[in-house]
Amino acid sequence: MSINVLFFARYSEAVGLDSLEMEGNFATVDAVRQALAGDPGFEVLNEASLMCARNQELCALDEPLQAGDEVAFFPPVTGG
Amino acid sequence: MAIRVQVEAFDPGAEVNAMHAANVGVGAVVSFVGYVRDFNDGLDVAGMFLEHYPGMTEKALAKIAIEAEQRWPLLKLEVLHRIGALEPGEPIVFVAAASAHRQAAFDACAFVMDYLKTRAPFWKKENTSEGARWVEGRDSDHVAAGRWKA
Repeated sequence: MSINVLFFARYSEAVGLDSLEMEGNFATVDAVRQALAGDPGFEVLNEASLMCARNQELCALDEPLQAGDEVAFFPPVTGG
Repeated sequence: MAIRVQVEAFDPGAEVNAMHAANVGVGAVVSFVGYVRDFNDGLDVAGMFLEHYPGMTEKALAKIAIEAEQRWPLLKLEVLHRIGALEPGEPIVFVAAASAHRQAAFDACAFVMDYLKTRAPFWKKENTSEGARWVEGRDSDHVAAGRWKA
């Protein structure tokens, strides 16, 4: 399956990317996070305060995934 | 309900006036305006950049507004948030709720701001006297949002 992964704000700067395409079998958002976080360049994804979204809706890390989903990782939001 | 995410500046007074224009059933309008400050966490701030998640940001704001409309009898609700480069003194966010009586408008306005602060994907990067830095989330914002749990 193919998953489109997006990064925002400080995370985007830390990993040096706005987005990437992941190929593999990912049951949950956390499976994507773990697959990336093993790489030193993505260790920001181990932060406890990480937020995530699936298909542009906030979700928990155990959110199930389907092929073609858009997953986003970002630090706590600071608007307003 | 109106949701606007925009680069352009806005006039909070004109937005408030528009909340009751052409609707004499509106007895109360409560509005909140957030401004860019020139000082934060011990450093002078010369300006900031507002990043967002195109698509999700608008959806997240609409979801918050729909929940507010379900919880309170509102006649009108507007949420406006700027993105891009902002200078100290500029309005950054505007939320206004119109209702027949004041309590629903007060509560809905506070609810939308508390949820926006914790659930809408915006991120502030400040230009300070010691360089650029990302603003950190505040625990107090989550405490404020928690008071609206049903």
